[in-house]
Amino acid sequence: MTSVSMAPARLTWGGDEFLFAEIDEAMGLAANFRAMTIARGLTERALPGVIDICPANASLLVRFDPDALDAGVLEATVREIEAGATEAADEFRTRIIEVPVWYDDPFTAETAARFREGYHQDPSSGDLDYAARVNGLGDKAEFIRRHHSQPWLVSMVGFVAGLPFLYQLVDRDQQLEVPKYLSPRTDTPRLTLGHGGCFGAIYSVRGAGGYQMFGVVAPPIYQPEQTLPDFVDSSVLFRAGDIVRFRPVDEAEYHRIQDEVEAGTYRYRQAPVTFSLGASLADPLAANRTMIEVLDGM
Amino acid sequence: MACEIRQPGLATTVQDLGRIGHYALGFPQGGAMDQESARLANALVGNGPEAAVLECAYMGPVIGVTAPIDIAVAGAPIEVRVNGEPRPAWTRLRLEAGDELSFGVIQGGTRFFIALRGGIDVPLALGSRSTYAIGGIGGVDGRALRAGDVLDTLAPTRPLPAMDTIAEADRPVFSREQEVRIMFGLYDHLLSGEGRRRLVEEDWTLTPTADRMGLRYSGPGVEWREREQPFGAGQDPSNIVDAGYAVGSIQIPGGTQPIVLHRDAVSGGGYAMVATVISADMDLVARAAPGTRTRFVPVDMGGALAARAERRSRIARIVTTLGAD
Repeated sequence: MTSVSMAPARLTWGGDEFLFAEIDEAMGLAANFRAMTIARGLTERALPGVIDICPANASLLVRFDPDALDAGVLEATVREIEAGATEAADEFRTRIIEVPVWYDDPFTAETAARFREGYHQDPSSGDLDYAARVNGLGDKAEFIRRHHSQPWLVSMVGFVAGLPFLYQLVDRDQQLEVPKYLSPRTDTPRLTLGHGGCFGAIYSVRGAGGYQMFGVVAPPIYQPEQTLPDFVDSSVLFRAGDIVRFRPVDEAEYHRIQDEVEAGTYRYRQAPVTFSLGASLADPLAANRTMIEVLDGM
Repeated sequence: MACEIRQPGLATTVQDLGRIGHYALGFPQGGAMDQESARLANALVGNGPEAAVLECAYMGPVIGVTAPIDIAVAGAPIEVRVNGEPRPAWTRLRLEAGDELSFGVIQGGTRFFIALRGGIDVPLALGSRSTYAIGGIGGVDGRALRAGDVLDTLAPTRPLPAMDTIAEADRPVFSREQEVRIMFGLYDHLLSGEGRRRLVEEDWTLTPTADRMGLRYSGPGVEWREREQPFGAGQDPSNIVDAGYAVGSIQIPGGTQPIVLHRDAVSGGGYAMVATVISADMDLVARAAPGTRTRFVPVDMGGALAARAERRSRIARIVTTLGAD
């Protein structure tokens, strides 16, 4: 068991109904892990008056009913869970999900072409070419390889219903970083695989967005009709703490998956795994290999 | 069948108390923007607080009544018409089959609410009937009303109240000047002293960029402290590592125009929140029309909780006065 020492979270109020805990100003795996540990601890306590527990990238937002729960009691409880977090196990049970992506697809390319001048840092180049260049990579094919060669952690769900923020499980100097568009687009295709700063995202619904666009995910990740087997229990696929492995697909496979979705038979390939913070910080590539072997052994 | 929509109005949606408890998956709380007005409209027709109403922005719908029903309109000042004849708002109206309900031009504020006796009968989605259009759930097929939609009501669960009108003095004020109470907090330490001063000591004017997601104000802008941006936060001093957004929180992208996040706002993102509108004043913000001169007034947690209790007992008193429960 490896415990990572961290300064106490900064606790502050978002009006009379929200407690906000900033674990760290900067993004990092340990901060995200701590946010999820506190979220789990608070869920287990089941304090009457706690309404929403929202772990985020490096912070945690708690909504509460101040008529049912004294703000001071909530604050003290979060502090208590936090104090215990350093002794808590540094691993949790989660799952690894394979997500098929059509990289460099025509849908996002068409949308990108409509938002160049005044929106993009380099209107003359596509989002993938630009991302490859600012990351010092040879070409977009190399960028795409880097994107799917290592898995990602769902570090937060939100913005709109079911949208996952993703953090690649590699050392900080290996992180892919791309600025957001200069000004947000008014349109982004549904299921766009996006990237802003060090974060990946999958747009669960069509709408505004400022992330660079790299491809389109083939199956839905938010299904309010709940007809597909993966959505029977919830219209939202992802939970904070899920591990995501992207698998590139070509146009033919993309359409095959659409047919399966249409027929109501599509299922995500996934497997239960244990995610260890210590192992991932010490040697992320080895920890990733272990998790991917579980998935591939299914 | 209670009524049919002949013209939908500008943006008419089914709303209730909101979709509480699904924020961690990105579902906004939703619900009637001005909860007090919606509550009082419901009370007039003997509905409980959980009944779903129609929320109408600026331009109301034209509704054909297909079965006798009691209704009430409350919220922003609006001329209510039945078969073209003016009828009072904040008052219970008995409509007969064949009547047509329509509206004049809004005289202030932005939104009014139509309560139908029994409450609007649409399926619950994640525990609420509120329309979340981006996510395509709630209300009528997860969208704003369209011409041709038919609305049913649920069976009433309690009697009509003895009184049929809300006293003038008990109706909310729709003013072009507002004092909105806020609590500093969240990322307020990123503001410079001068930035903090400007937020609460200067006037801000509501721009036309205001909807169920948020309201954007123009004014003198704010200043941020100089700092080295942390990894993952983005380059602008108003950027943070993406975090959950408190409902009612105020963010100031680029430091120019404060945005108050309201009931349908995104649940998280990368802009620093520097303060939060207290729960008791969220209805007030929802009543602001573009051009409303606004002063943000800082209070502490004690002040926010006192205002919350005051609001709750005020609404309870008005509902009791009606003879409703």
